[in-house]
Amino acid sequence: MSMHNKTPLVHISKRREMPWYWSFGIRAAAIAAAFLVCAFVTMALTGENPLAVFATLFYGAFGTERKIWILLQNIAILLCIALAVTPAFKMRFWNIGGEGQVLIGGLAAAACMILLGDKLPNGLLIAVSLAASLLSGALWGAIPAVFKAKWNTNETLFTLMMNYVATQLVAFFVIVWEVPKGAGKIGIINQSSEAGWLPQIGDYKYLLNILIVAVLTLAMYVYLRRSKHGYELSVVGQSERTARYVGIKVGRVIVRTMILSGAICGLAGFLLVAGTDHTITTTIAGGRGFTAVMVSWLAGFNPLSMVFTSFLLVFLDRGASEIATNFMLNHAFGDILAGIILFFIIGSEFFIRYQLHFRKRSKKEV
Amino acid sequence: MFDFVSFIPRAVVQSIPLLYGATGETLTEKSGNLNMGIPGIMYVGGICGVIGAFLYEQAAGESLNGFLAIAIPMLCCLLGSLLMGLLYCFLTVTLRANQNVTGLAMTTFGVGFGNFFGGSLIKLTDSEVPSIALSATSSYFSASLPFADRLGWFGEIFLSYGFLAYLAIVIALLTAYVIRHTRVGLHLRAVGENPATADAAGINIGRYKYMATCLGAMIAGLGGLYYVMDYACGVWSNDAFGDRGWLAIALVIFTGWRPNVGILASILFGGLYILYLFIPTGTNLSIKELYKMLPYLVTLVVLVLSSLRNKREKQPPQSLGLAYFREDR
Repeated sequence: MSMHNKTPLVHISKRREMPWYWSFGIRAAAIAAAFLVCAFVTMALTGENPLAVFATLFYGAFGTERKIWILLQNIAILLCIALAVTPAFKMRFWNIGGEGQVLIGGLAAAACMILLGDKLPNGLLIAVSLAASLLSGALWGAIPAVFKAKWNTNETLFTLMMNYVATQLVAFFVIVWEVPKGAGKIGIINQSSEAGWLPQIGDYKYLLNILIVAVLTLAMYVYLRRSKHGYELSVVGQSERTARYVGIKVGRVIVRTMILSGAICGLAGFLLVAGTDHTITTTIAGGRGFTAVMVSWLAGFNPLSMVFTSFLLVFLDRGASEIATNFMLNHAFGDILAGIILFFIIGSEFFIRYQLHFRKRSKKEV
Repeated sequence: MFDFVSFIPRAVVQSIPLLYGATGETLTEKSGNLNMGIPGIMYVGGICGVIGAFLYEQAAGESLNGFLAIAIPMLCCLLGSLLMGLLYCFLTVTLRANQNVTGLAMTTFGVGFGNFFGGSLIKLTDSEVPSIALSATSSYFSASLPFADRLGWFGEIFLSYGFLAYLAIVIALLTAYVIRHTRVGLHLRAVGENPATADAAGINIGRYKYMATCLGAMIAGLGGLYYVMDYACGVWSNDAFGDRGWLAIALVIFTGWRPNVGILASILFGGLYILYLFIPTGTNLSIKELYKMLPYLVTLVVLVLSSLRNKREKQPPQSLGLAYFREDR
């Protein structure tokens, strides 16, 4: 009878498949629970009632037409970077250098706008700076990939260090090109001539960026799901040995994928500099290279689901910054809320992948 | 002539937060947990110490008790980082979540937590001070031996630091010893290398992972505390801690998972970090920005060189970054 006492209280086993509505339900429940905790935390800090807090959260994200456009623009950029890091992650290449690749892409665009601003016709200038951004982003991604492919150099650390090298490069050029001298920043580039600025569609400043990223999302979906390249990189991600065995050149796939990944990050930098900000600073990527990793993972590396996960994170960020402004709190408040929600979503994955079996009571009574 | 007597002490004070972070992360990684939340944990450790010291200074007024002024911030710091470590363990060990993502989320949360309370503490506690400047508490933390400045360059280089700096070195040596030369360390390494085998040998995987990660988090948290209380003289400013947490993670790989090597390596890093202040550049400010690249470039070079040599004893723990599930075998 001593056997009974030894049965653990909870036994964990892997689930096979779960109907999609169940896994969807679990995730929704996790997000709902996270929002409750967030409301509680906000209440404890501000003393407001939770409904008012939620109202502020929504107002911050959707309150005015301008806020909605900013929300969409931020989603587009975050989504673009998340799309960029996804093929690398599917290959189990931990590219946390999105930040640096975006920066260097933005720097290349800014360099073209500053140096060639009055020398080329506008259309050609935009094409040249786009190409420069893509190339420099690709280069920034390819360097760690080459070392990884040849000598198995740790890519996490490598890409991380490349971020700082890029940041310092930008800091260097900001001082070289600063306007006026001693200001420590570049200011709006080509403000009067608007040379190198992406054209606006009608009155909508952000629409072009959003459309470009929408097209890119579909393209990435097709690339990962339907193309030979996409298939190869997921084989490499699942098992390098299998990939070698079936004749996939692993090194080439790594470098090729990172060139793509870096180039798309470069594109994000280009959209930021030529499309919206028209200037370059060391904080132009704003930590999105790291947030993008979470966007991509939370969506299970599916480009279409990433639209939703990036929406969730940007929505929180915008809403929380509104709360912070209203209650005169620090703007980092958004990071705390984002962290809480992420913890809940990360934790909820467990209940999708595993099943809990509790010890049955009835046996004891027999 | 390069001014070593003023350079080395400044390199050392830069290096101490890195050393705490790297020692904590090495201990964590030896159990197979890749904790990318270290930057966040160091922020949390720092701000919790600040909160503790702030509340104590407000309560005690002018008459601070030296022992309490050190004990309260330290306990708050350890408690805050312990909670972060527990959260990380709960998600990655108990719930088997992806370690990279959990770590990044912890960093987002931790940095946000630090900046939020750093920026809002005064408003939240309704106190009447213009900024958080804990100079009284800081003076206890940065007190060096009384005869240190009478010993010339020797005192300057070796004895001019607060007690947390020496504690960092002691902890690093102790950690290295425990990992290399004790049974607990052997078990810990087994858990990190091959948890299935360790499990079969009767080692409690969960317990080792929890213990190593939580201890690691607490050690790293002290790095944040040292930074505000000693290096920054008790003044918290948002984002001032910067990227030191990431550099600490880089140091772990740089040193080949050996905390004792970390002592010298972190001083080297600390030196590279501030070298730009010592290189004469005249009025050309932009060049300074390029010199600031040095620590990162050196890391890259060392990283590449060590991967070229590919020595077996400098490899990461084999199951680093992977969650363990007994029924997966």
